[in-house]
Amino acid sequence: MSKERLSEDQASPGSPADAPGQAEVTSANGSGRGGRAGGGRSGRRTLTEGQRSERRLALLLCAPAALVMIAVTGWPIIYSIWLSLQRYDLRFPADQEFVGLANYVEVLTSSYWWTSFGVTLLITVVSVAIELVLGMALALIMHRTIVGRGLVRTSALVPYGIVTVVAAFSWRYAWTPDTGYLANLFAPGSAPLTDQASALAIITLAEVWKTTPFMALLLMAGLALVPDDLLKAASMDGAGPWQRFIKVMVPVMKPAILVALLFRTLDAFRIFDNIYVLTSGAQDTSSVSILANTNLIQALNLGIGSTMSVLIFLSVALIAFVFVKLFGTAAPGSDTEGRR
Amino acid sequence: MAAFGGTDTRARKLRWSLLNTLVVVYALVPVLWIMSLSFKTPATLNDGNFIPREWTLENYRSILSTTEFLRALVNSIGIALIATAIAVVLGTMAAYAIARLQFPGKRLLVGVSLLIAMFPQISLVSPLFEIERTLGLFDTWPGLILPYITFSLPLAIYTLSAFFREIPWELEKAAKMDGATPGQAFLKVIAPLAAPGVFTTAILVFIFCWNDFLFALTLTSTERSRTVPVALSFFTGDSQFQDPTGSISAAAVVITVPIIVAVLFFQRRIVAGLTSGAVKG
Repeated sequence: MSKERLSEDQASPGSPADAPGQAEVTSANGSGRGGRAGGGRSGRRTLTEGQRSERRLALLLCAPAALVMIAVTGWPIIYSIWLSLQRYDLRFPADQEFVGLANYVEVLTSSYWWTSFGVTLLITVVSVAIELVLGMALALIMHRTIVGRGLVRTSALVPYGIVTVVAAFSWRYAWTPDTGYLANLFAPGSAPLTDQASALAIITLAEVWKTTPFMALLLMAGLALVPDDLLKAASMDGAGPWQRFIKVMVPVMKPAILVALLFRTLDAFRIFDNIYVLTSGAQDTSSVSILANTNLIQALNLGIGSTMSVLIFLSVALIAFVFVKLFGTAAPGSDTEGRR
Repeated sequence: MAAFGGTDTRARKLRWSLLNTLVVVYALVPVLWIMSLSFKTPATLNDGNFIPREWTLENYRSILSTTEFLRALVNSIGIALIATAIAVVLGTMAAYAIARLQFPGKRLLVGVSLLIAMFPQISLVSPLFEIERTLGLFDTWPGLILPYITFSLPLAIYTLSAFFREIPWELEKAAKMDGATPGQAFLKVIAPLAAPGVFTTAILVFIFCWNDFLFALTLTSTERSRTVPVALSFFTGDSQFQDPTGSISAAAVVITVPIIVAVLFFQRRIVAGLTSGAVKG
């Protein structure tokens, strides 16, 4: 029953609410669906007055958001690409000149770039993998706990809400020799933040701690879509907790999981704050964002910095493309949203 | 959904309590640590004890007596609130259209906002720096509010459109069949169902703006618009403080408290917004 309900709900958003002649057919379950879908399809060929006003309303509603987004990103993106084709060092502004792809050659043959790229990939993959597991556990605990639900949910929201820089300072002091409780506990007599491997581990720890609750919140939104009746039915049919999780929850939650993964992967790839505070990129712990910032703001080399910016964007676009093609992550609003 | 299957035995409660304790410890230890640091005296700051041996409020007194910190606090609050309000209004409008209406260009809009959601902020730093200097927006509130709106809009649209899809819109029709005007149907039926989602989104967006470091670091240069996270990181090199650890910790706690209060106060709303029962009809 409730499964049928669910798919009924999903069918409805596409259909116009106030199109004439459709209000009557919605009460009956099966026939209502068919009726509405049919109405929508035939209406696409010849626009009724209702559909035309619907379009006008939609464009009016979307225009402000679209305009702001394009104004603040559109021109800067183009400008960024333009800058990447220039030799443009603010310390020597007279030397500005169009150099084609020379900046790209320089960056792509630089060992700094590839080290940062490797570091960024490593942090991204490891932290997102850990976050998925921890986030799922956290989502299940927050969703299903039978005691102290308010307490557990409130605490879980703290890492999510806290300012990244604040958390990063907490981790930095915790791992500073003598000052920190963790440094004294796990690495007495050494300075973990000054060694590449341990520094990367600490950066990953800080990243995972901070963003697992975000993952958990997105996953919990998916968990809420799992009908209790379905779980009860599975339970009565003899499915154990693990089977209920894999066979019932995960399929229903799949879109939420993929969106959470996509968001977090793209976000992790941009990692900046944690590294800036924890190591400032020393000992080969720079992410690509740190490296680009160093070139842009500290070295004031807009040409090289912008080239890195463009390359970072391309990497991110590639990751997103892989997600969409490989896993079929659906964007909200697309007609093919993979809810089933 | 409280008790799913079986009875609440003592053992089950104990097991859940144990798991809950784990979560609480996981979430709070780093926060308690920075709090502890903020209450330590300079003499005991480096003793590595989790709980301060000697307590002092000196660190708070010292940061609250500087305009540098207070001004940054005002900037942080003002900029985050304004950006949140605008982003939520624009996001709600767009999300409603995406979730409910058929129109050409829907895919394009979703695609563009997706592009922005995944756009690495670092890539905008240098062009925005140049453009804002030309337009006179550099180191002003609008100079930060604009990028904040832009980068939180995709989050707002995503969250809200997913949420709007789960609202049982048939209720609107039902209300109209019962004789309600479209306005009444919206205000009495749809708005209460949508409010938790909008509210949740507002909180998520506010936290995003409150959190930002990269833009605030690169698009500001003075106290005029520098926000706390950046001011905080600048304490490090400030000669005014002999050892910045205590001051940084105190400032960190000050900007963490509002978040914790908000989470305490609105936890139900945040969670209810994300996992609204509206789905179950």
